[in-house]
Amino acid sequence: MASNKKYWQSVEELKGSSIVETLSKNEFVEEIATDDFLGDKETLENSSTSRRDFLKYVGFTTAAASLAACEGPVRKSIPYVVKPNDVTPGVADWYATSIADGYDFANVLVKTREGRPIQIMPNKEANGTTSARIQASVLSLYDEKLRLKEPTKAGKTITWADADKEIGAKLNELKLANKPVVLLTGSMASPSTDKIIGEFVVNNPNIKHVVYDAVSESGAAEAMLAMHGERALPNYHLDKAKTIVSFGADFLGDFHGGFEKQFIAGRKPETGHMSYHVQFESNMSLTGANSDKRVVLKPSDQVFALLNVYNAITGAGVPSKVTPVDSQVNDAVKALKKAGSKAVVLTGLNDKNAQLVALAINKALNSEIIDTVNTLNIRQGNDVEVAQLISDMKAGKVAGLISYNVDPLYSLANSSGFSDGLKKIELSVALSTENNETVNASNFALPTPHFLESWGDTQFDSVTYGLTQPTIQPLFNTRQIQDTLLKWSGNSTSYYEYLKDFAITNILGSSSWNKALHNGFYNVKSIQSEDLFESAVDVTSIASALASSAKSASGFELNFYTKTGLGDGKQANNPWLQEFPDPITRASWDNYLMMSIADAGELGFSNPVKDNGAIDGDYAKVTVNGVSVTVPVMVQPGQAKGSFGLALGYGKTFGLKEEMQVGVNAYPLYNGGNNIQYNVAIEKVSGTHKFACTQVQKTIAGRHDILKVASLKEYKTVAPKDHKNGWNKPSYVSYDHQEVEANTIDLWDEHNREVGHHFNLSIDLTSCTGCGACVVACHAENNVAVVGKNEVRVGRDMHWLRIDRYYSSEVETREEAKELGLSRGDTYRALETEAENPEVTFQPMMCQHCNHAPCETVCPVAATSHGRQGQNQMAYNRCVGTRYCANNCPYRVRRFNWFNYSNNNEFDFNMNNEYGKMVLNPDVVVRSRGVMEKCSMCIQMTQATILKAKKEGRAVNTDEFETACSSACTTGAMVFGDVNNKEDKVAALAQDKRAYNVLDYLQTKPNVIYQVKIKNTNEA
Amino acid sequence: MKSVPLHSRLTTLLLKSFTIILFFAFSISSYSQDVDAARQTEGRKLFKSLCTSCHKLDKKLVGPALGKVEERRENDWLKSWIKNNAEFQKVNADAAEAAEFDTSAMTAFPQLSDKQIDDILYYTTVGDPPKPGVVNEIGAGASTGSDGSPKWLIYILAAAIIVAFLIIASLLKTISELKGAPKTPGAIASLGEVWEGFKQNTFLKVLCTIFGLLIGAYVLFGTLFKVGVDEGYMPLQEIAFSHKIHAGDNKIDCQYCHSSAKHSKTSGIPSVNVCMNCHKNISEVSEDTKVEWDGVTYGKAELDKEIEKVYAAAGWDAEELEYTGVEKPIKWIRVHNLPDFVYFNHSQHVTVAGLKCQKCHGPVEEMDEMRQFSPLTMGWCIDCHKDTKVDLKDNEYYAKIHKELAKKYNVDQVTIAQLGGKECGKCHY
Repeated sequence: MASNKKYWQSVEELKGSSIVETLSKNEFVEEIATDDFLGDKETLENSSTSRRDFLKYVGFTTAAASLAACEGPVRKSIPYVVKPNDVTPGVADWYATSIADGYDFANVLVKTREGRPIQIMPNKEANGTTSARIQASVLSLYDEKLRLKEPTKAGKTITWADADKEIGAKLNELKLANKPVVLLTGSMASPSTDKIIGEFVVNNPNIKHVVYDAVSESGAAEAMLAMHGERALPNYHLDKAKTIVSFGADFLGDFHGGFEKQFIAGRKPETGHMSYHVQFESNMSLTGANSDKRVVLKPSDQVFALLNVYNAITGAGVPSKVTPVDSQVNDAVKALKKAGSKAVVLTGLNDKNAQLVALAINKALNSEIIDTVNTLNIRQGNDVEVAQLISDMKAGKVAGLISYNVDPLYSLANSSGFSDGLKKIELSVALSTENNETVNASNFALPTPHFLESWGDTQFDSVTYGLTQPTIQPLFNTRQIQDTLLKWSGNSTSYYEYLKDFAITNILGSSSWNKALHNGFYNVKSIQSEDLFESAVDVTSIASALASSAKSASGFELNFYTKTGLGDGKQANNPWLQEFPDPITRASWDNYLMMSIADAGELGFSNPVKDNGAIDGDYAKVTVNGVSVTVPVMVQPGQAKGSFGLALGYGKTFGLKEEMQVGVNAYPLYNGGNNIQYNVAIEKVSGTHKFACTQVQKTIAGRHDILKVASLKEYKTVAPKDHKNGWNKPSYVSYDHQEVEANTIDLWDEHNREVGHHFNLSIDLTSCTGCGACVVACHAENNVAVVGKNEVRVGRDMHWLRIDRYYSSEVETREEAKELGLSRGDTYRALETEAENPEVTFQPMMCQHCNHAPCETVCPVAATSHGRQGQNQMAYNRCVGTRYCANNCPYRVRRFNWFNYSNNNEFDFNMNNEYGKMVLNPDVVVRSRGVMEKCSMCIQMTQATILKAKKEGRAVNTDEFETACSSACTTGAMVFGDVNNKEDKVAALAQDKRAYNVLDYLQTKPNVIYQVKIKNTNEA
Repeated sequence: MKSVPLHSRLTTLLLKSFTIILFFAFSISSYSQDVDAARQTEGRKLFKSLCTSCHKLDKKLVGPALGKVEERRENDWLKSWIKNNAEFQKVNADAAEAAEFDTSAMTAFPQLSDKQIDDILYYTTVGDPPKPGVVNEIGAGASTGSDGSPKWLIYILAAAIIVAFLIIASLLKTISELKGAPKTPGAIASLGEVWEGFKQNTFLKVLCTIFGLLIGAYVLFGTLFKVGVDEGYMPLQEIAFSHKIHAGDNKIDCQYCHSSAKHSKTSGIPSVNVCMNCHKNISEVSEDTKVEWDGVTYGKAELDKEIEKVYAAAGWDAEELEYTGVEKPIKWIRVHNLPDFVYFNHSQHVTVAGLKCQKCHGPVEEMDEMRQFSPLTMGWCIDCHKDTKVDLKDNEYYAKIHKELAKKYNVDQVTIAQLGGKECGKCHY
């Protein structure tokens, strides 16, 4: 039964390490270093400073400090000279815009205060979503260290006019000589920009446009071109799916930009139907973690499994191979056949043949889930053309290169080839928002604005036309690429005029431009509804080719992936993203080689836990195709034996702050944009790596009833509170020698909570994918400090909201094993085998705002107290930092300011410079050293909502209350509201049969409610 | 902080107005011998109501200066122009030329009668009646006397009473001595005896020490509690801006300039373009304007320079009457500073509660120099929250919750504190 399952957070914990046990008992893992502070005896004796001197200094400094404190500083207040009409100081303005930075694409809303963007939220009307990266991109706007500030030529400042003149003359010269020039950009998905580039190319026939994505999905696009006649990515309507079978496609992560919204929309237990999702994968991905059934399979076997499915569905006899998981493959085939047109097969292999096979299976299934008409334009990169470009450059066949927001010198496997080629080029111009190696190596560096400073349009799929508008005056002397290309094409209109004209002529027609701009999007009526393309692809031969390519695999296999935090590495200088813990490994500030427990045992790798809760790792030298990198190893439960996982996007150093220069650049191994590399050699090398990983810190003291998971069948058939089999049983305690429900016994007097608002936050564990957008949204909304790698390592991270990741395995607890009479060795082996493929559950954890809060009773100065609306309030100015509250909190959600994290050169992140501070929310105080802080349930937001209603003289509307995390949540897992308003969504959720409180037997009566996780394990 | 007793200010005002009335009683009768005061007053009234937004007598504004305009144009020409200049331009070449003066066309005034126009023109010729400057100064001088008198009077009275007591005491003593009572030892000698007694009495010593310590602690805590409390803080601003002139004398609504107070958490220091709404047309103060600024009395000469500072900030060329685009923001010094850990929202208090600004900011309309009136301490906030009843004024928001709370606390009207306005988290986040 669900509640008997053993939940664990790390391999060490599973082994029953004594350190982990000790750690689980201490709120603060590090002892206070009194010895270091007082110094040793010898030094004290030899010191020339006597006790008298010491007292003198103390007296003098105390007196000086108090005298200095007597006079307040003189504060200037400088109003606008001419106040813009739409700005009222102190009132936030929201603008609809869209982000398209080459890797992340979304329709978003931007909150601005006094003309500064401070937060990004999804534009839900436009079906927009946000991820951790999109949420954090607002901070990248203020990256004064990395952003280009003015046009330069060979490192020297030049005016835009001079740059235009010189580049224009050179371009003209190259045009007359008909020497080839290449315009190298990332995917932009912007129709108007495509048109401008088209005109630029028409004007200069010697120019060729090549699209390059650092993380390639070229294979899928090529397969679509061959099969459906359009070079784009297929779209998937996973909300309508009955069966989803994925071969390594991380579609909740970065595969085709992510589908978590649609996926979760199809998994609502209360409707009685949930899609059944099987994931065959080698790396433990977010998608695998959220699947109903996860099958561990190394990449080469994934190919055969895919072919076996192809054979089984189409009846073809493509040569394949038996895989170790054929029974599961057969189960998956059965499920696919049963679901018929409501089934879909996806594969994450960036290989044209594999993608073609998947498309063929979907065709054979007559799948309605895959959409090959309304396609996605967000990955247009073409690996073949990029490879051609490099060989041309090396051969000296390219005379000019104009690059835009790409950094091939960092992100190309063959970057040395690119570097050699660049030296042979006559004219190299880099248009870029941020400085990077490629910009540095180019003749001209022309700064472009951040998307929050830009005009633009986007078309991610063929239905939604999005608009981008500036939300701040340009911070630096920048110019958009569109304006630049228009100028170089001899067109004198500004891009804004061009865009407006383009949108009205081609998209909006008679619809209002202002309205579209206000909404941030416009729904285009799709012209084509049916795929009429006749494909001439011979799938059988392609499948055979695929089989033979996988058959040649030998040695270890390496599967590249991108992290939820850093993605392709564009925002590597963003401290929020660096500090963001990976949802799976819970490690921040690093990438590493993920290795299965079995391989780690054989190869001799381990992750010892130090007594301060930090974990260490060994280094491995990984060699692919003769190129080696040395990376630290993280032993990862659920990693396929014989395969490794390694994240791209790390190891960037050029121009980054020293603290951000972390991790290892894996791009040199990323040959040909292939996310699978076979024939990998590995060797253990000396050295110990220090991880900043929070997975063994903040464990909830070995308590039970933290997580509740049930199957869909149980949910439908078993009464939740059934005494024997119930999947949401209340906890029982012994009272008067009788078992009674814990919530019937109370030490405390109950408050009357029926008057006014009473806030509850409901978190649906079924819908939470662990994506972490809420974590970054909380950072932005509440001015949560970044503390850096060393501090995170010792468990001093400041995240008010963390997402706990629990592993669970079917083998029951150690105690049960004992009962079964297993020896210690057998127990360990049994547990370890299970750890090879654990189930994963995510649980967002923040202050639970207990109505009977243990923290409130122990505060000696009453700094933390209870509000009538249900919040556990924290008055920072009253706190003296005893930390009793944190010790008494069973949820471990209180955070202590060990240092001053603002205006402190030791913590050189966004709160230590004038630009970075612009992102701070003016409604929330920046906490100082020595005080405790924690989630406030975004009281500044609820207060603002109430004030708005008061000013308008009306009651608060139903579902008007929001917190930062609930508004950022793409899947709707987090719902916030007023339980005293019976119409409010959360009122029903609080009474739902899935609702439970974490550690309810402690009777803390939290205002945060969790909904039992339901998995569709029974039916296909 | 300069404190002026209210009653003496009232006296000053009464005295001033009295002298002015007296002066007018005499001056008008003497003045009327060579100027037709009735025509002048009527013309002035019309001019002020219709013409001053674009014209002045002695200076170019939107339109030309109009002082002695009849010397430049014929009376008939002017009448035609004033009544309907657009029509007039069509028939008169000279008028068409005159219209070139400015791009903005002048409003037509067909409603004015010939008599009224004559009155206006009469006023432009004779100008304003002379200001009662000299007499006023005398009046002001006299009132200053009445300002200072009570203080020294009180001192003298007190001294006189004490002296009288002493005389009576010595008289009584002499009388009793004369009556044959034994001669008592001198006052100093008896004090010495008391001191000797005190030195021997331990209880008294302990008592006095405790008393001394308590007084000391009281004074110390009183002093320490004042640290960081800036009541009366009155920094010297870059521009001698007088709230008294704007909010007091001219009765400009506080929220005309501090317009964000009703929408936002900050009341908003007005941007310079708000100043220019009026000061585009008001480039100088009237003759007798006085402002007490940093202990100095500013007159017209100084104050006109202050208005020029506003022009410099806005980039306004007062000669050419156009914006130059060279702007220089004004650096005001913030008077009311709340610590960062306090959240205060003006709109909650102004729009929802309907409080007058003066409730916290004091009689701003009487302050030349702005100063912090209230202590702005937490105790001060809480006291008000405890006592103030919620103003419902048909606010739907409060309807339900107030009814329930009133029942709970068994009161007619709940206070802010009962509504939750005393919770830490409501202001500290």
